[in-house]
Parts: sequence; structure tokens; C-alpha cells
Amino acid sequence: MSASAPSMKERQAALKGLGTSRKRVEDARFTQGKGNYVDDIKLPGMLYGDFVRSQHAHAYVKSIDTSAALALPGVVAVLTAKDLEPLNLHWMPTLAGDKQMVLADGKVLFQGQEVAFVVAESRYIAADAIDLVQVEYEELPVLVDPFKAELPDAPVLREDIADAKEGAHGPRRHPNHIFTWEMGEKEATESILASAPVVAEEMVYYHRTHPCPLETCGSVASMDKVNGKLTLYGTFQAPHVVRTVASLLSGIAEHNIRVVSPDIGGGFGNKVGVYPGYVCSIVASIVTGLPVKWVEDRMENLMSTAFARDYWMQGKIAATEDGKILGLWCHTTADHGAFDACADPTKFPAGFMNICTGSYDIGTAYLAVDGIYTNKAPGGVAYRCSFRVTEAAYFIERMIEVLAIKLNMDAAELRLKNFIRKDQFPYHSALGWEYDSGDYHTAWNKALEAVNYKELRTEQAAKVEAFKAGETRQLMGIGLCHFTEIVGAGPVKNCDILGMGMFDSCEIRIHPTGSAIARLGTISQGQGHATTFAQILASEIGISADDITIEEGDTDTAPYGLGTYGSRSTPVAGAATAMAGRKIRAKAQMIAAYLLEVHDNDVEWEVDRFVVKGAPERFKTMQEIAYASYNQAIPGVEPGLEAVSYYDPPNMTYPFGAYICVMDIDVDTGTSSIRQFYALDDCGTRINPMIIEGQVHGGLTEALAIALGQEIAYDELGNVKTGTLMDFFIPTAWETPNYTTDYTETPSPHHPIGAKGVGESPNVGGVPCFSNAINDAFRPFGLTQTRMPHDHWRIWQTANKLGLHG
Amino acid sequence: MIPGTFEYHQPDSVQAAVALLDELGDDARVLAGGHSLIPMMKLRLAMPEHLIDLRRIDDLKFIRIESGVVHVGAMTTQHELINHAELAQQVPIIRETSLQIGDPQIRYQGTIGGNVANGDPGNDMPGLMQCLDATFTLLGPDGERKVAAREFYEAAYFTARDDLEILTSISFAVSPGGYAYEKQKRKIGDYATAAAAVLLRKAGDGVACSFASIAMTNLADTPIHCEAASQLLQDQGVNDASIEAAVASCIASIEPVDDNRGPVDFKKHAAAQITRRAIKSAWSRT
Ligand SMILES: Cc1cc2nc3c(=O)[nH]c(=O)nc-3n(C[C@H](O)[C@H](O)[C@H](O)COP(=O)(O)OP(=O)(O)OC[C@H]3O[C@@H](n4cnc5c(N)ncnc54)[C@H](O)[C@@H]3O)c2cc1C
Repeated sequence: MSASAPSMKERQAALKGLGTSRKRVEDARFTQGKGNYVDDIKLPGMLYGDFVRSQHAHAYVKSIDTSAALALPGVVAVLTAKDLEPLNLHWMPTLAGDKQMVLADGKVLFQGQEVAFVVAESRYIAADAIDLVQVEYEELPVLVDPFKAELPDAPVLREDIADAKEGAHGPRRHPNHIFTWEMGEKEATESILASAPVVAEEMVYYHRTHPCPLETCGSVASMDKVNGKLTLYGTFQAPHVVRTVASLLSGIAEHNIRVVSPDIGGGFGNKVGVYPGYVCSIVASIVTGLPVKWVEDRMENLMSTAFARDYWMQGKIAATEDGKILGLWCHTTADHGAFDACADPTKFPAGFMNICTGSYDIGTAYLAVDGIYTNKAPGGVAYRCSFRVTEAAYFIERMIEVLAIKLNMDAAELRLKNFIRKDQFPYHSALGWEYDSGDYHTAWNKALEAVNYKELRTEQAAKVEAFKAGETRQLMGIGLCHFTEIVGAGPVKNCDILGMGMFDSCEIRIHPTGSAIARLGTISQGQGHATTFAQILASEIGISADDITIEEGDTDTAPYGLGTYGSRSTPVAGAATAMAGRKIRAKAQMIAAYLLEVHDNDVEWEVDRFVVKGAPERFKTMQEIAYASYNQAIPGVEPGLEAVSYYDPPNMTYPFGAYICVMDIDVDTGTSSIRQFYALDDCGTRINPMIIEGQVHGGLTEALAIALGQEIAYDELGNVKTGTLMDFFIPTAWETPNYTTDYTETPSPHHPIGAKGVGESPNVGGVPCFSNAINDAFRPFGLTQTRMPHDHWRIWQTANKLGLHG
Repeated sequence: MIPGTFEYHQPDSVQAAVALLDELGDDARVLAGGHSLIPMMKLRLAMPEHLIDLRRIDDLKFIRIESGVVHVGAMTTQHELINHAELAQQVPIIRETSLQIGDPQIRYQGTIGGNVANGDPGNDMPGLMQCLDATFTLLGPDGERKVAAREFYEAAYFTARDDLEILTSISFAVSPGGYAYEKQKRKIGDYATAAAAVLLRKAGDGVACSFASIAMTNLADTPIHCEAASQLLQDQGVNDASIEAAVASCIASIEPVDDNRGPVDFKKHAAAQITRRAIKSAWSRT
């Protein structure tokens, strides 16, 4: 070996594979403003669409007069439901088995609903024209409270299905009732509740909020009438599914539709569903023969595209006197808004809410979820979480705290007592899941030690005394959370979206000179796929991550996949990437053996090459093998070096984490400040620690936003009260605390590289952690539960009700 | 979020601007930093047909301190107020307040003239100007006149300024002594949930309070100058009892409304705490 030949360690490092904090390759363009987003797309002759929206939450549409708008120079068309009806596009199916109006068909059901679509030569003309469309409404009583939906005097919202006794998810008992979903053992749980020594009960509300990605939703549709091809650019988290849906809805053959997700400025679940804007831009392009762009503004995004949460979770938790949990009962009233447009796998109308037994070994449990229609925007998407997992985590982590209060026990100790033990994995939960792996005790103890938990409690007690003595007006809260997620949907046997199995895919081509391109069925919205998937591949095939291009989002070139949401990209597409890499390596092994003139089994893989066993000086690098695959006839082996893998995961993955937050609260102003936040995440194998840290910081900040103020609030008339960023809380650097991140590493046993996914963990675990800190601060004064979002006035009100204002 | 159509004018002198305003009348609005007006236009809550941009009028951009009086041109930005060393020394409450407005991007654009002329109860400068007992100079087709800040605000978005007048400058006396601007807000870039501007001076004996002025922001449909509370501190000096009495008097003079920042009882309680803090802080700085 020559003196300059790199050592094995150096070769390993040069790959920038698994475990490397490789800088994000995407950032060069994003930080320089050189990204290419939907609104950057400009096609020759392009027209612009804009919506006339309802200012009423519930009203009949008596008439729509478009004549004045059409008379405005530059206005090309105004579409209403009547125009879409002949194409059968005035309604569209939702991902949840319901249907949704594309444009108001006789009535409107929420404020901000799309009523007419104006198409004009410029965005400005379109905006002027929407003011000229005259809509005559007849107002109807408004239903905003889901608990009033089934009262005798409740208005019937969905007259189109008022008489339907069966919905997509079973029987409906009332016109405003969508479904009831039950899991677990009702009777067994109720009998435990009846006989248990201790039962704690609480209504846990997780308020309505919104993913609010930096980039709003939009699309550009371009129908080429000569070749019959439709190109649709859009903010799609699942471009392939959009193509299939577009084909089924429009009747255009699927090969004639090309869907492109360009750069996406954040999705967080907001860009999973199909919106009227997409449909209208397509129809308008078909009608006009010109490309049509639709991009919503911030207020439209907050008011009309998919919201998240809005779960009222009534809980009961039973335990022995020394704190061993015996049973868990939950009844959820789910406010779905005007149409059931949740983005969940078909068989899971309440997503994976049945992960609500959390990190705990709870033998018996029961969950029921009632979906309810109200006069609010549709949605119910997984905002930086897997389907309803945040709601579930919030529920159980609040119930644990409530139980600790009832038992007069330390909440950290109560958790330790009930964690699923390491030796119980794979663990079968009472509500039907098989947890793949975990080591909760280790993580929890590490977290408690890291923050000096005992000392914190001592300090808190002293602070309470000082408060009672009138020496301070501040209280201290210690927020605890141990969450378990369920991500990586999912096994095709039980997970599908509109019938499409939730596998994912990767296709790799190695170029003759030893660099490569890999295409996936997913689409990054800021997660850094181009960085991390190249790292997975680098470790599998021995080509430096810097020499691997990752491409996603163009249905004409990428293999079919179900997209990016629910932390599924790494668990599913990441697995496909590893598997496709292994296929490449298998073929490379044959080529290497041929070139080295030995039997296939006489070579072995070493970082970036195949080496003859026992003769380390004889080897072929992946680069040499790639070249050979294109320029030599190798008997029995096809030329080229390519592979494709479609991966159907055998199970979900179950990331977990231990979070602790220390907060100071001013009882007079209701302001809070975060002194410390410690986040330990276990996401299995860590692909890129720097990206993990970034994801955790971002997710925690979104969690902070949700817990402390981010809300879509309605008044009693169904008016959105928080429709701008003045009132809808997005934290800036100023409001964002310092985070301390930490980890343990418990690989997933069934994932090819053991990775579990991390993008959503901090939101799932962060919200209960922040909320528990607020609640905990008031525990010494008799509080068991106060509602999110914990903005200044609500914190103040909590203190006020406890008599802390004298 | 796209404004209606409008004509854009960019006069280069105050006289030209006043003449344009006179000519275009009700259909015209003056544009300063645009950080209140443009959002209103995007929401189509304001639909002016003509915008008269004052940006090119250099005569409206100045900060002068002469014989104990500060004169500030209407087009002086909040950023410029923050960075004026002499002003920071002579009237430090201006800097303290300006730093609480929006965020740096907003302060590069937003002007003191726009902030006080706007008439939005959420703006921070009007309360401060009342605290400082500032005078606004208005120029219209009939010439110039002066209006006291304490007389200027009539109701939300209604001020003593005639539609055909331009606010050209603001003046107030330098203010030695203790000062504090306390503002509670939900996040950076937010208007006040409650804010209080306080100026206090110690008498020669080092004990009594020779001067007090308190004003409050976003707790009524105009800024509130708390005259009685100011008088009370002057009469009784600054001690725990007088602070409580002054705070109670301030709270009695505000009329907050229930909105996304919270219900009325909360706002009153928070406002009391903010005012208490501001008085204590100002006194500690005397
Ligand atoms: C996100 C955001 C947060 C903000 N937060 C705060 C805050 O915390 N506190 C705060 O005080 N302000 C805040 N502002 C407002 C900001 O300070 C504005 O810039 C200021 O209120 C108006 O100043 P302007 O120069 O931008 O005026 P413009 O928006 O240009 O004008 C405002 C109004 O005053 C009139 N006007 C302007 N100049 C004159 C003049 N010389 N003579 C007569 N009429 C005139 C205009 O016609 C218009 O009606 C915020 C703004 C934004 C966008």
C-alpha cells in the first residue's frame, strides 16, 4: 500500500455516511433566496386565480352574480359550482372518505369557504374582481360547539348527507355526527374503573391550531391541449397520490398527468390534502387553455386550509394506591369542521389516537372517538406529528400528571413505576399496537439526572413558601414528559390512503464514473432529504454522499411513493433507500468477483470496496465497479448499475423521548419565561446528528407556540378571531429559549438501518412538556388542570381562580 | 391581501405635499413609513385613490435639541430615534419606548409622524407624547397650527388633524430625572396588552417628588394621560401607599376592551402591575 493511501477510517469519513453531521446541501440555495417554490413558477401566458370566500360561517347561497366581475378588463373567467357541476367537480372526495365542496354548492359551511374562482390576467385584477362578485346569502344558525351538535335545536350542517345512516367509518347517529371509532375493551376497562382503589378523571382539551407553514398553499396547472398532457406544480406533500386523485377525478389518463412538487417551504401536514384551489386551477387551465396559478395568502391559509387538533379528550385513569396504573379510558369528541377532511390512513378515522396508552404498561384500555361536524374549516391534519399522535401524547401525559396529583405522588416517580420495561419489547399495547423497541427507564433516569430533578423540586418548594410569605409574585413550574410516538406509516396490510398502500420507494442509478442519483417517492419540505438520504446510501454503497444527488417530487421521474408526513420518510423511504443500496451492492459484488477473478463469495465488503478475503491488497472500489458495469461485458450480468426498491414496512417505528422544562411564571401578568429545556430523543439509529438537533429545535419551537398561544379561535358566530400572524402566535428568536438536546440510541429491530424518525418527536413531546410546566406551577395551590393555549390571560385567569390575586 | 388601485405621488417639499393634498382632498392619504397604512390597504380597510409619499421631503427629517426643547421632524424613523446619542441622553424614555415598537425591520420604516398621526390606540408613541406633554405642528392649506398631544386624540383613528393637514414636526421639553416605559406584549412585534410611560423627578430635598407624569397605551380607544395619578405622586411623594393610590387612579381612568389579548379584568390587573413597575423603575432612576 502506498504511503498516501487513505486509511480505512479516512475512507469511512470521506463517505459522510451514517452518523455524520454533514451540512445540509439544500441550504446553499435556501439561504441565498435561490429556492424554486410554486410561486416562483412563471409560465408563458399564465393567468391568476383568486377566491371569493364566504364571510359567513353558515348560510344559503341564494345567488351569485358574476357580471360586474366579468366586465372588468383583464378578467378571463369566473367559475362557480354551476360551472364545475357538468364536470362533476363541484364536490371532491376527501382523504377521510367524506366529500367536500370545491365551490359553494347552495350553501356555505364555514367562514372563508370558497364560493367562486376568479381568473384574470394579473393577480391584482383578480383581487379587484373578487370584490365585484355579488353573492346573496341567507344566514343560518351557526354551530361552533361540538357538544351542541346533537341537541334538538342544532342546525343540520350537511344537508347533502343528512339522511345517511352510514358513513365511511360506520353508523352515524345524527346528521352532525360523522363516525364513532372504538378500540380496546370497553366493559373490561369500565369494570376496572368501578373497582380500582384510585381513579382520576379529567377533560383534556387540545385546542384547534394550524400548521401555518412559511409558504402557503398553491398550484400552477398547465393543460397542454395539443398533446393532452396536464402538468400540475403544487405544494404537495404527496405528489404521487395527487396525480392518482387528479386522474380519477378528471378522467385524464394518469400517464398524461405530471405532478411536480418543487421546493416546499414547510408542510407540517398542511400540504397533504387536496384543496379547492388545486382543483380550480386545473379546471381553469382546461377551460382557458392557459396555465393558471393559484397561491393563497396568509389569511386564507389560516382560515381555510387544514387545521390541526381540536380534540376534547375525556379521560379516566385507574390505579392502585401505590401508583400502578390498572386501566385507561378515553372518550374523545373530535371537532372536524364542515367536512371530514382529515388526512389519516383510511382505516384510522382518528389516526393513531390509540397510541394514547403512551409509554406505560397499561393492561386494559378503551378508546372511543366521535367525529362531529361544526361550522369551521375542515382539516384535522397531523401538524408535525404522525396521525393524532400529538393529541394522544398530550392526553396521556396530562392524565399521568392528574393521577399523580390524585395519588399525591411525584409525577416523575409515577412514570418510572409504570414504564414498559426494556425486556417487554416487542410490547403489545392494550389498544392494539406492537411497540418495536425502547428503553424508557434509561432515558428517563438520564433526563432526571441531567436537570438535577431533586434539587429542582426543592427549589420549587422554597419558591412556593416565598410566594405564600409574600416575598415573590413568581411561581416555578417543572414540566415533565415521556412520550412514545408511532410513526412510519405504514404496513400496506393496514395502512392506505385512498386505497394506495403506504409503502415507499427509491430508485438508484450509479453513473459510469462512480457518482449516483437516487430518486424517492417522498418530498422534502425542509427536512433535508437531499442531505440525509445521500448519507444512508453512502454507507450502503460506498460512494461519498457528496457524489449522490437526491431527487424527489416529479412524478414523471420519481418512483411512486406516498409522500412525506407522519415522520414516514426515514422509516419507509429511508428503508427503501437502504434496500435499493443493498441490491446495488449485491450486483457490485458479482462484478467485483469477476474483475478479481474469484468466486462471488470470496470477496467481502469493506467501506467503499470489495476485497478478496484474506488478500486485502486485492480489491475493487465501488467506483471501479461502476465503471466496469458500463464498459465491460460481464458474463451473466446485465450492463449498468441500477436498482429500485419498494419497501412495505413490517411495522411502524416507535421513537420516544424524555423532556423536562423549567418555567417561571408571573401570576400578575400571566407571563412565563422558560429557564431550561432539556430534550432527550431516542430515534433509533442517528443518520445526521446535526439535522436531528435542528429538527428538535424547530419542533420544540412549534410546540412552544402551540402550548403558549397558537390557536385558531372562533367566536360564537363562527368568525375566525385569529386569522393573521398578529394574533396567531409564531415565535421569533426572541421568544425561543435555549434547548439542551441529548439522546439515547435504541435501534428499531425491523428497520434495515434501525432508524425510527425524529422530525415530529419534539412537537409530540414538547407540547405536553410546556403545558405540564404551567400546570405544575399551580399544583401546590390546588390546580389539577388548566387549558391550553397558555397565553398570558389564561395563565392569569388560572391564578385568579385559585385566589392568588388576593 | 392585495390593495386596490391607487395613484402614487412623490412630492419633494412640504408645500408641494400640502398643495397636492388640498387638490386631491378626501381621496388622498399621506404615506410615511407605510407600516400601518399599507397593511390596512392590503386588507382593503383603507382604499385611498392617491398616496402622497413624504419620503423625499428632507425638511421632515431632523432631530434638533435647542434651549431645552427637542424638535423632531415627522419623517424621522423609529430607528433614527433609537440611534440619536444626544436624544438618548436628554430624553432617554424616547429610546426605551422606541425599542419596544415592533421589531428592527418595522423600526427602519416606521416614522414618529406616522405613529402619532395614525390614531391607532395600539401605537406606543401617542401615550409617550402625552406623558412628555408634546406639541404637534400641523400644516394645512390655511397655514400652520399647533396642537397639544394631550388634546390630539379623539377616538380610535380620529384625531384633531384635519384631512388636509400634514403633521410636520413634534416638540417637547427635555426631561431630566427618572423615566420608564413598561410594555407587556405577547411577542416581539406585538402591540401592547398594557403599557405605561412614566416620568418622575426628585425635589431638591432628595425625597419629595417634584414632577410626575404617567400615560397609558392600548387600554382605551385613545392614549390615556393619567393626570390625577400624576398629581397624586407629586403631592404625596413616591412611597408604597402613594404608588398604590396612583395605580388605582390610573386603572380607574382606562377602559380596556375584551379582545385576543384577554378579557377586561385581566387587562386591568396586568395594567396595574405594569404601571406599578414603571413607577418603581422610574423612581429608582431619579
Ligand atoms: C408587524 C407590525 C408591528 C408593529 N408594532 C408596533 C408597536 O409595537 N408599536 C407601535 O407603536 N407601532 C407598531 N407598528 C406600527 C409602526 O410603528 C408604524 O410604522 C407606525 O405606526 C406608523 O408609522 P408609519 O411611518 O409607518 O406610517 P404610515 O403607515 O405611512 O401612516 C400611518 C397613518 O398616518 C398618516 N400619516 C403618516 N404620516 C403623516 C404625517 N406626517 N402627517 C399626517 N398624516 C400622516 C397616514 O396617512 C396613515 O393614515 C407595527 C407595525 C407592524 C407592521
